[in-house]
Amino acid sequence: MTTATAAQEVTYVEAISQALDEEMSRDRRVFLMGEDIGAYGGAFKVTEGFLEKYGEWRVLDTPLAESGFVGAAIGAAMMGLRPVVEMQFADFISCAFDQITEVAAKNHYRWGAAVPMVIRAPFGGGVHGGPFHSECPEGWFFHSPGLKIVAPSTPYDAKGLLKAAIRDPNPVLYFEHKFLYRRIKATLPQEDYIVPLGKAEVKRTGSDISVITYGAMVHLALEAAEVLRKEGIDLEVVDLRTLIPLDKETVYASVRKTSKAIMLHEDNKTGGIGAEIAALLAEECFDCLDGPIIRIAPPDTPVPFSTPLEEFFLPKVSDIVAGAKKLAAY
Amino acid sequence: MDQAVVANDIKRSDLREMYYYLRLTRSLEERITALYRQGRIVGGVYTSHGMEAIAVGYASALNPDDVIAPFHRDMGAFLIRGFSPGEIIAQYLGKQAGPTKGKDGNVHMGDLKRGVLGFVSHLADNMPVAAGAALAFKIRGESRVAFAGTGDGGTSRGDFHEAMNFAAVRRLPVVFFCTNNQYAYSTPLRYQMAITDVVERAKAYGMPGEIVDGNDVAAVYLASKRAVAKARAGEGPTFLEFKTMRMHGHSEHDAAKYVPRELLEEWKAKDPILKAERLLTQLGYGETSYFHEVGERVKKEVDTGTEFAEQSPLPEGRETLVGVFATEDEVQP
Ligand SMILES: Cc1ncc(C[n+]2csc(CCOP(=O)(O)OP(=O)(O)O)c2C)c(N)n1
Repeated sequence: MTTATAAQEVTYVEAISQALDEEMSRDRRVFLMGEDIGAYGGAFKVTEGFLEKYGEWRVLDTPLAESGFVGAAIGAAMMGLRPVVEMQFADFISCAFDQITEVAAKNHYRWGAAVPMVIRAPFGGGVHGGPFHSECPEGWFFHSPGLKIVAPSTPYDAKGLLKAAIRDPNPVLYFEHKFLYRRIKATLPQEDYIVPLGKAEVKRTGSDISVITYGAMVHLALEAAEVLRKEGIDLEVVDLRTLIPLDKETVYASVRKTSKAIMLHEDNKTGGIGAEIAALLAEECFDCLDGPIIRIAPPDTPVPFSTPLEEFFLPKVSDIVAGAKKLAAY
Repeated sequence: MDQAVVANDIKRSDLREMYYYLRLTRSLEERITALYRQGRIVGGVYTSHGMEAIAVGYASALNPDDVIAPFHRDMGAFLIRGFSPGEIIAQYLGKQAGPTKGKDGNVHMGDLKRGVLGFVSHLADNMPVAAGAALAFKIRGESRVAFAGTGDGGTSRGDFHEAMNFAAVRRLPVVFFCTNNQYAYSTPLRYQMAITDVVERAKAYGMPGEIVDGNDVAAVYLASKRAVAKARAGEGPTFLEFKTMRMHGHSEHDAAKYVPRELLEEWKAKDPILKAERLLTQLGYGETSYFHEVGERVKKEVDTGTEFAEQSPLPEGRETLVGVFATEDEVQP
């Protein structure tokens, strides 16, 4: 990862905030919409100070109506602005499902209208949010042609991918992981940079097993890799970063090298992104596989609230270690 | 007030042009219905028969750089925005020359260059989208207005209410309308809402509203002009309820047996074309021979359009794969 001269370390959430600020300064078309993003600065303080800096017509506090303001963002985007909408929690994106899948996703295909907008959605568990504040809803949209989907795992990627998303001429869903907000830090380059959409990154090279993952689970996989290294198993960790367009080449190249694959994600197992990639590997890489494709993902329940329940629900380092050992034995 | 006295405010040429578009709409939709009955059109056909004055009236009241989000019975608005009868028939036939190149059917067409937001089947979905277009105009300080509507049924959707509320709170330059044609498919208004006038719904949002005779093109035009002028002056959104009657079935496959015949008889006498003819005559803007002449002209245009559409090729199967994502040069400036 690039490092800059004498720059300060920033958290994942600060990286997001920086991306928004820089894009708003760079491009007058960029404006923000969402609940409580103005005077309050957003539920997670991503837009703190933005109202003072950019005014109430570039930082719009909206009524509590996700479908309505996502629809409005679509209209503004079609007129040539670049709205960035904040879902207070990704879970509430279900209220805007119709506008996202039926209007934003289909307008260009149907009648040629570009819809350049971004929806930021703080997602994921590990923060005791319970069934309505911990969800990973990316799977709902993964199945819906016309949307791009991004899920960064590091401050560097969070900033670069958000900038790329804002500059993209299509509707982009940007899933930012709440668990990572203040837990990981990095030193970012001082110059402007983007992380292009559609490019996965091998976060750790290894020779024995590919772990294909994204979001907070990248860090879990890296931890597991350290544990397994001591046991002589060398994991390669592929961070998808963008779910659509999916960087199949990087995934296939990794699996062709290691011959073994673990799909790891925090979204429910059934019908998740791991299922799709496992199917792709079965189609495209069957002849180089030396074992079954393993999925490690939460059970098919809502995200529970109480600590032991949530701990049971979320994938753990030990799950990956056990899965990798089983796979290594083939 | 006497219809003719009010309509005195409209220029002779404007009123005559609106009459032409009423006739063109009727003639084009009659042709589309005929093509449907011949099995030439594969999808559904939803006409504005008996309701033509609404789209013709409001679309005539707008500037070319205003944006419309038409309702699914607003053929007149497409015509006024420059969609030719040929393009429109091509769209119904799923041809290459249709505005969606076969990707979508019937009035599900749009074009940002002509300021028309493509219709979305999910009723009322375009209401917040139109509010967002108006938001863009307000943010950029442009003197443009968005004009968006749905049917009486569509006003029950959450998106209708979310759009009304957002537009009112931010005083956006948008005009919302409802074509209250008394039925939503087969559901009569009394099972749609516990109020008799849809305009009541605007009150909850602090939005001024007006009931308008939707069969009177002059009344629709003047009410739209007033609402648009207010929006342009920064006075915020208005809601217009156009009262009318759906004279055909929900779509052309629906015989509409659920509508009492007497109700249709009553509204037949209020046909918007007859009404416009009476008005033109009263004002001395036209007589029988003129009406006949316009009828001949629109028939010829529809004939030419039909020929054009029939000759247009069908898209090739592999074009299915084109256009899921946009490129930067397609973004509106
Ligand atoms: C959200 C949604 N639900 C159901 C439908 C199916 N549908 C199409 S038109 C229609 C009735 C529409 O009634 P109204 O809004 O009053 O307009 P009208 O067709 O009567 O002119 C229905 C139920 C739809 N298009 N969208």
